[in-house]
Amino acid sequence: MSEVKTRLARWETVTVFLLLVAILYGATTSGEDFLSGGNLNSILSDISEIAIIALPLTLIIVAAEIDLSVASVLGLTSAVMGYLWNHGWAMEMIIPAVLVMGALAGALNGVLVTRLGLPSLAVTIGTLAMYRGLAYVVLGDQAVADFPQQFTDWGFGTFAGTQIPNPFVLFIVLAIVFGVVLHMTGIGRSIFAMGANEEAARFSGIRVKRIKFWLFVVTGAMASLAGVVYAFRFASARADNGVGLELSVVAVVLLGGVSIFGGKGHLLGVICAMLLLGTLRNALTLNDVSAEVLTIVTGSLLLLSVLGPSVTARVREALRRGRGVDPPPTPTTT
Amino acid sequence: MTGSDSSVSIGFCCFEGEEPQINQQSTPAEITTPIIALKGASKSYGAVRASRNVSIELRAGEVRALAGENGAGKSTIVRMLAGVQRPDEGDVLVDGDVAAFHGPADARDVGVAVIYQEPTLFPDLSVAENVMMGRHPLGSGRRIDFRALNRTVKELLDRLGVKLDPEQPVKGLSIADQQIVEIAKALSFDARVLIMDEPTAALSGHEVERLFGVVRTLKERGAAVLFISHRLDEIFAICDTVTVLRDGEVTHDGRTADMDTDELVRRMVGRELSNLFPKLDAEIGQPVLKVERLTREGSFVDVSFEVRRGEIVALAGLVGAGRSEVARAIFGIDKPDAGTVTIDGVELKPGSPTQAMKAGIGLVPEDRRQQGLVMEMSIERNMGLTRLQALRNRLGVIGLGSEARNASDWATKLQLKFQKLSDPVGFLSGGNQQKVVLGKWLATGPKVLIIDEPTRGIDVGTKAEVHRLMSELAGDGLAVLMISSELPEVLGMADRVLVMHEGRIARELSRAEADEENVVRAATGQVAA
Repeated sequence: MSEVKTRLARWETVTVFLLLVAILYGATTSGEDFLSGGNLNSILSDISEIAIIALPLTLIIVAAEIDLSVASVLGLTSAVMGYLWNHGWAMEMIIPAVLVMGALAGALNGVLVTRLGLPSLAVTIGTLAMYRGLAYVVLGDQAVADFPQQFTDWGFGTFAGTQIPNPFVLFIVLAIVFGVVLHMTGIGRSIFAMGANEEAARFSGIRVKRIKFWLFVVTGAMASLAGVVYAFRFASARADNGVGLELSVVAVVLLGGVSIFGGKGHLLGVICAMLLLGTLRNALTLNDVSAEVLTIVTGSLLLLSVLGPSVTARVREALRRGRGVDPPPTPTTT
Repeated sequence: MTGSDSSVSIGFCCFEGEEPQINQQSTPAEITTPIIALKGASKSYGAVRASRNVSIELRAGEVRALAGENGAGKSTIVRMLAGVQRPDEGDVLVDGDVAAFHGPADARDVGVAVIYQEPTLFPDLSVAENVMMGRHPLGSGRRIDFRALNRTVKELLDRLGVKLDPEQPVKGLSIADQQIVEIAKALSFDARVLIMDEPTAALSGHEVERLFGVVRTLKERGAAVLFISHRLDEIFAICDTVTVLRDGEVTHDGRTADMDTDELVRRMVGRELSNLFPKLDAEIGQPVLKVERLTREGSFVDVSFEVRRGEIVALAGLVGAGRSEVARAIFGIDKPDAGTVTIDGVELKPGSPTQAMKAGIGLVPEDRRQQGLVMEMSIERNMGLTRLQALRNRLGVIGLGSEARNASDWATKLQLKFQKLSDPVGFLSGGNQQKVVLGKWLATGPKVLIIDEPTRGIDVGTKAEVHRLMSELAGDGLAVLMISSELPEVLGMADRVLVMHEGRIARELSRAEADEENVVRAATGQVAA
């Protein structure tokens, strides 16, 4: 009984509730349009890149670090794809090449954070500007839009006769991998431990720096993968692909109940939050709300996500104290 | 500040030749009313009686030492004098009248100032701004009048007889000079009583002299000084009188000139050594851990020793002697500058806790809450943190319930008192938290266990359990390196005692040789006779 109540007061539950409200809002204001298979497809499709990047970023934030350069890595990936394609590379070669490049971009973040001991917030704000700048250097302001059709078809297409977009299927596969790593392996336990108390993690023999470094590398590679998806989905590679996307990704992770201070969170919460963001933006778009307002909504969700968990934590605490049903167990020894 | 000359009794107390003079002058000094005093003060924290019927008097123009081992109750006395805590029984007297301090502000208002070991200044502000923080003289338009500010502080510093530029930022100052800034700050509040809590702990010999110069000036100007230091030679160098504490009680109150180091040590430790913590005899085997010429600049120098199977070796010494730093370097948390650590003849890669762990070292750290445990994590996950690889199943994931099984094994063996293993470890009492830390390391099956302050902050019952456990582990062939600031623990548990003093191993004592006097002497830098 009391267990149910504490569970109810968890932030993840609030996210699920908000998701249901958003769906209800979409369904009542735009009716059939909203509930059509085609629209569900576009909800999932629209959040593909956010969703893919949110996976490694969840791990990074649980480890009490952050990576704001992800959207710039995405843009740089698009630009390099366009550049290499213009220079006659085969797409089969380009994809692994840009993934390696993304990993290297992440490795630079990782080196700066773990070897030089710089705060990841500062480092990745720096590389956010740097990688985006590089993207413009590589491709200028041209757009490369003549990618082979088999790839762009994949970006637009749905999976084996369902309404689920191909990129989202990719996401589901990755989500399972990341979910298992974070919640069921030693690496995941280490990430939680170092996020909550880095010193104690070190004193437990956990290779804190090494894990952090690889987290940045993986995040870079995943941001690159998102860049590939983005380029195919829009059939266009431009240096400004995905500008400002990092805001949405961070919003989704925090909204999903991951603590900005590290050490707390669950990937399922993050997945709920990305569906919430997608649904809400979609429903608003169907109601002809402007793009500027959508940005305001994203910003508000970000604020809500930072405020929310501490509010629910207080509610939970109050419930525990007020009822006296579920007091913190007091040890018998003194 | 109007100190009568008669109260200034001793110039340099360490000069034996001045003794007759002292005796002549001692009578008037005792007539003056103490500025502040404790009378029959007792204070308990829970079941622990930190102070029992303590009386201490601080007089104008007198430097008094407060001496005692770690945990003898010195801090409690400082807290009562500074108004941080009120005595349960007895009184605080100010100028002979009973005063009720409701907080540190009350104590400050009657002129009591405390200078702590680590100065708490604003590094980027100037000396003058720090001294007058919050009370800057204002000029027109409510802007800070820097000229007046600097002038005021310059005068203050001159009165202390020190050359410091008021406009200099505090950042570049030595710790001694920073403490002088703290003293100037206290004087700007018209402090009549200065309590200095181990001010010299972080100072070099030269800096100590500089600080002492200021203390002497203060004394001449009629301030009362309470001086706390673990360095006995300093007590004799600067103090006129000494109050010795043991287990919360005053064991001696007299002139420093009337006693010598030997007597002071005896008064500090002269407790009956109860046989609370007997280590059972274990068969002592081959050396397991070998530390050779380990050095880390600024922490410890040229430390060599070995620990054998079945042996408990204690690293004793004062707080700050470099003991925990040695442990950290052995375990690889810090990288030593020189020297080697070998386990069973295999040299460890320096600076890698993971390597040290694989080689069979476990470290139960000093700070349970910060280093030992992840407080918000569950008991079972904390216990599993050292065994993440072993807990994997064939698929590489941590199987459902494998952490719980691991934890419940050790919870049973260690008689852990808990409700659910999935509760955050922070819900447990200090003693049970310590058991979790022990459990998480014992679960790795170590060859060497380093335990830093095994029983700090835990209750008596659990303490005995921990000691029994250590004894059993040694009996099973574990090599144990124990760091402890509690002498009874050191003497009761250790087969050998290594005493550290200022970063070096000052003395090695066998179980038979080790007694309180020997250990305290070596720890305070008194060369053994």
